[in-house]
Amino acid sequence: MIYTEKVMDHFANPRNVGTLPDADGVGQVGNPVCGDMMTFYIKVKEGKLDDIKFQTFGCGAAIAVSSMVSEMAKGRALDEAMAITNEKVAEELGGLPKNKMHCSNLGADALHLAIKNYRDRAAGGTEKVAVGGEHDHEAEEEGEAVEGREKTGACPYCEGPLEGLEKLCECRHCHTDLAECPSCGLYTKAGEPACTHCGTKLPPEAAS
Amino acid sequence: MKRVYLDHIAATPLAPGVLEAMLPYFREQYGNPQSFHRHGQAAAAAVALAREKVARLVWASPEEILFTSSGTESNNLALKGLALAHRTKGNHLVLSAVEHPSVLNAAKSLEKSGFTTTLVPVDRDALLDPAEVGKAIRKETVLVSVMLANSEVGTVEPVSDIAKVAKSKGVLVHTDAVAAVGNMPVDVRALGVDALSLAGDQFYGPKGSAALFVRKGVRLLPQVDGGIQEGGRRGGTENVPAVVGMGEAAELAAAAMPERGPLMAALRDRLIDGLLRSVDHVLLSGSRERRLPHQASFFVRFVEGEAMLLSLDLKGFAASSGSACTSKALKASHVHLAMGFDHATAQGSLVFSLLDTTSTEDIEALVAAFPPVVDRLRKMSPLYTEFLQEKKP
Repeated sequence: MIYTEKVMDHFANPRNVGTLPDADGVGQVGNPVCGDMMTFYIKVKEGKLDDIKFQTFGCGAAIAVSSMVSEMAKGRALDEAMAITNEKVAEELGGLPKNKMHCSNLGADALHLAIKNYRDRAAGGTEKVAVGGEHDHEAEEEGEAVEGREKTGACPYCEGPLEGLEKLCECRHCHTDLAECPSCGLYTKAGEPACTHCGTKLPPEAAS
Repeated sequence: MKRVYLDHIAATPLAPGVLEAMLPYFREQYGNPQSFHRHGQAAAAAVALAREKVARLVWASPEEILFTSSGTESNNLALKGLALAHRTKGNHLVLSAVEHPSVLNAAKSLEKSGFTTTLVPVDRDALLDPAEVGKAIRKETVLVSVMLANSEVGTVEPVSDIAKVAKSKGVLVHTDAVAAVGNMPVDVRALGVDALSLAGDQFYGPKGSAALFVRKGVRLLPQVDGGIQEGGRRGGTENVPAVVGMGEAAELAAAAMPERGPLMAALRDRLIDGLLRSVDHVLLSGSRERRLPHQASFFVRFVEGEAMLLSLDLKGFAASSGSACTSKALKASHVHLAMGFDHATAQGSLVFSLLDTTSTEDIEALVAAFPPVVDRLRKMSPLYTEFLQEKKP
């Protein structure tokens, strides 16, 4: 199997699936182009996450990640829930395949957006849902080349090294700098301590 | 739990007798077909016999069959070998937009040495219009390459009509028939093609066995330079056991096809009708009428393909999907996008492909197991919730 037993358990028996019609905060990330969509609903009581429900359109990893995030956050104080990181979620699941790591990013993001939405509402905001985390793989693929810059790192898809890369692209959609993997030809985000798609740690010299 | 394998397009088991036919060529008959001694000559005779059997399966002459290691290699050899051999005539290629990556990427590689490519669009059933192919042909076109059948959506293309159009303009035609050969009747003369790729592992032969038909008199530049094997068109010692295995599988497939074809098609239709009837918002992908006899593929709305595959696997059914999440690069299938489907629909791709051993009971069991799988995932899907809310007055 490509997934750990823990992932398969959360996929087959996901915790906290559903919606909360009278939610105090709603966070939504992703779009069908990137493969996954997640919506988190939260109820807050005395500064704690009293109830959490989620809905996910996506692969096994996306469903398992949402379920794990909901379990890790339920009953926690808001600041504690905000401290849940993508790495912690993946770790709790016993690891995820490299090219599925971006799913774990979405899970934590959706929860954090729901909390942000709750806080915005408390401050007088009227938005019913906080939406974020969208990016467009196709636009990244079509990014235009920028000459003469060098980046390092590892490709999230084939794990090939990106060292010595001179070709750098900018996503037309979100203007992110992307480096092309010489092994598989795909792009990964450059200039970050860890790849935003997959969570792979990039050497510090890559950060700029 | 009984396991039901419905992923023929990924791999088939060996037909009965194929392994037994191969075994002697690993141990007793280990000679090199190029050697002059008896060991060599026995192996050479086995390769020659296999060549006849493979030729018979597609109505070709034995000397028109070249053995290769995979459908991918056959497609590479056809594209590069034909284009480069006819370079003085021109530098333009015409392909369909739904070709296998081994055809599309071979063309991309040729673009680096000065070729240009036109991709002919398909309709919503992934069908090509021969007239559109004709329009794409220019004075400097050297090759048209269109697949005979698409394994992802099951559509069988009008290759003989396309070949007529191309021939009338004096252009060579290759067809990637990997998904078709051994599963439906394929006749290279009736198709009117100059080259055709096939692979043994699509008709119950071993992996690593494949061939390229090249019509007599058509020039082809070798892409593996070496000795005089395969008439000097593909160097390297012959993979004798694999070649023998494919020969055996070809003979069995040719004999079984008249009876097996209609049976498979009836089972396929039972599966298609069963799933369309038992679950709402499911579409058949590809053409209903012009379809591979062993392939049934769908778009299931509001759910994602990999999640369906995992759920079906837990219930004992092996299938495949062309969804972005099941691809290593997390990209939607170029075939689905070329057919005009959006990313959300393409994410719901689900592909079943039947074996000759698939039974009516297997299909009935799948049709019964499928609705709860979709229900469960839809209950989790924000897209489905959104859809239900929009439907409410």
